Amino acid sequence: MTSADLPLPGTRTQVNVSQTEPEIIEVAQATPRFEDSGGAGARRLRNDLARVVMWSAFGLAMIPLVWILWTVASSGIELLTQSVWWTNSQRNITASVRGGGAVHAIQGTLIQGLVTAVISVPIGVLSAIYLVEYGRGRLAKGVSFMVDILSGVPSIVAALFVYAVWVTTFGFQRVGFAVCLALVLLMIPVIVRSTEEMLKLVPNEVREASYALGVPKWVTISRVVLPTAFSGIVTGVLLGLARVMGETAPLLILGPYTKNIATNLFSGYMPTLPTMINQDRTETGLEPAVERMWAAALTLILLVLVLNLAGRLIARFGSVRT
Amino acid sequence: MAKRIDIKDLDAYYGTFKAVEGVTMTVEPCSVTAFIGPSGCGKSTVLRTLNRMHEVTRGGRIEGKVLLDGEDLYSAGRDPVTVRRTVGMVFQRPNPFPTMSIYDNVVAGLRLNGVKDKKVLDAAAEASLRGANLWKEVKDRLAKPGAGLSGGQQQRLCIARAIAVRPQVLLMDEPCSALDPISTLAIEDLIEELKSEYTIVIVTHNMQQAARVSDRTAFFNLAATGKPGRLVEIGDTATIFSTPKQKATEDYISGRFG
Repeated sequence: MTSADLPLPGTRTQVNVSQTEPEIIEVAQATPRFEDSGGAGARRLRNDLARVVMWSAFGLAMIPLVWILWTVASSGIELLTQSVWWTNSQRNITASVRGGGAVHAIQGTLIQGLVTAVISVPIGVLSAIYLVEYGRGRLAKGVSFMVDILSGVPSIVAALFVYAVWVTTFGFQRVGFAVCLALVLLMIPVIVRSTEEMLKLVPNEVREASYALGVPKWVTISRVVLPTAFSGIVTGVLLGLARVMGETAPLLILGPYTKNIATNLFSGYMPTLPTMINQDRTETGLEPAVERMWAAALTLILLVLVLNLAGRLIARFGSVRT
Repeated sequence: MAKRIDIKDLDAYYGTFKAVEGVTMTVEPCSVTAFIGPSGCGKSTVLRTLNRMHEVTRGGRIEGKVLLDGEDLYSAGRDPVTVRRTVGMVFQRPNPFPTMSIYDNVVAGLRLNGVKDKKVLDAAAEASLRGANLWKEVKDRLAKPGAGLSGGQQQRLCIARAIAVRPQVLLMDEPCSALDPISTLAIEDLIEELKSEYTIVIVTHNMQQAARVSDRTAFFNLAATGKPGRLVEIGDTATIFSTPKQKATEDYISGRFG
């Protein structure tokens, strides 16, 4: 039976459904085939337009990213390939002289990062545990609110606060540890929020299974919930660390630059990659300094990249296996 | 020595909402009691009051008495944690600990409560897995993740985990509702074996299961929507399913009422 044999839509026709009783039915309007519909062409046009807009926006967003990476990489790669970059400091090297390396700055950045993490991780993770597992009522709401505010504090304000307390009130010197304190203020809210998310992802039935075995709440948290959320928490910590290691405002206020290797957090100035970049920037015009500036920038980006990758690897291989 | 449970005038609340009202019943030691009834009538709530898991939910509290061999579980100063070591629970969906191996899962109740001796843990693991009819299937892969087993095996793992701490009472909240019929049969056979050592209370939606597995059955019902649930009738399973005393029970069992 071809479509030509079918009765016209909208008419009535007789249909034989059983031996004895033919039924009169109304033939329904056939749905129009796609190409025939008047709206299809306009729909396709809108679809294609939206796709073009989306890809253009993506391309536009990628342009500065690729541009930055290309500029830094092409300007800085040469010095990074020299082994002396990774072994020597800038001791006795003046701005117009080539030579020396960045080991003092790399060490400074890593040491400060480590100390910042050691202080902020316990505070951040324990606060998140309180907010998720224990907090009810006004104190928890207050803490959550404070964390939100802290996450919005500009880095220079955090640095000024530490300056006011550490230098002005207590009279201590501007040392590496003061920088760490400012970075701790910036890192804590990041850790609290990401740990909170990871803890909330642990299904409640896992907690209930533990309670039903007669395991006390704090043991449940430390030996069942935290291990389940562990890789997510580590990822959050590494990402937070990657972020604060590039913060420059606290370094400018609290951590003046020096060309020598300095690993004492409590005495003397400690050099870091951002301040090395800044120092060489102020000596522009002199090619050796400009080269070092770009190389230090590339080193910092690489450091952040390595931390990010470590975070992702841990997330992939450390996460809950099903 | 399995214990006897006495519930006297139990009211269970979630905050100010009364979920269950006036439950009074007895569960004999070394027997299986089934709780049946429509959804939302409070069976799981009453079950959870028996091991003080009800208060884990926000706002959960009770009025009344729950006695285990005469001892009030809710007496002031009684630590809920110790109650839960005596009264174990198996949940509706299997919930092995995700980061632990099969072995670690089974001994979790012992290890997390301070038992360190490897010999003791090994012996407990084997005994519980044998008791849960899972030993033969997993004895060669005890170090594999617990979550890698099938649904029925995971549920038996959870039962092994629950009995490893040697509770006196075992509560089961719809343990087979997430399982296929073959796994369900395996669990029901297991309940039949465990009956000789434990007092078992099982909540089930499946009336045939209640008829197969339990010695006594308790029928819960809501008086009306919005009203608290209550215990309508409790008695020997054979009697409840053939000649129940209450009309509501008969309606429910014969399917005249949803």
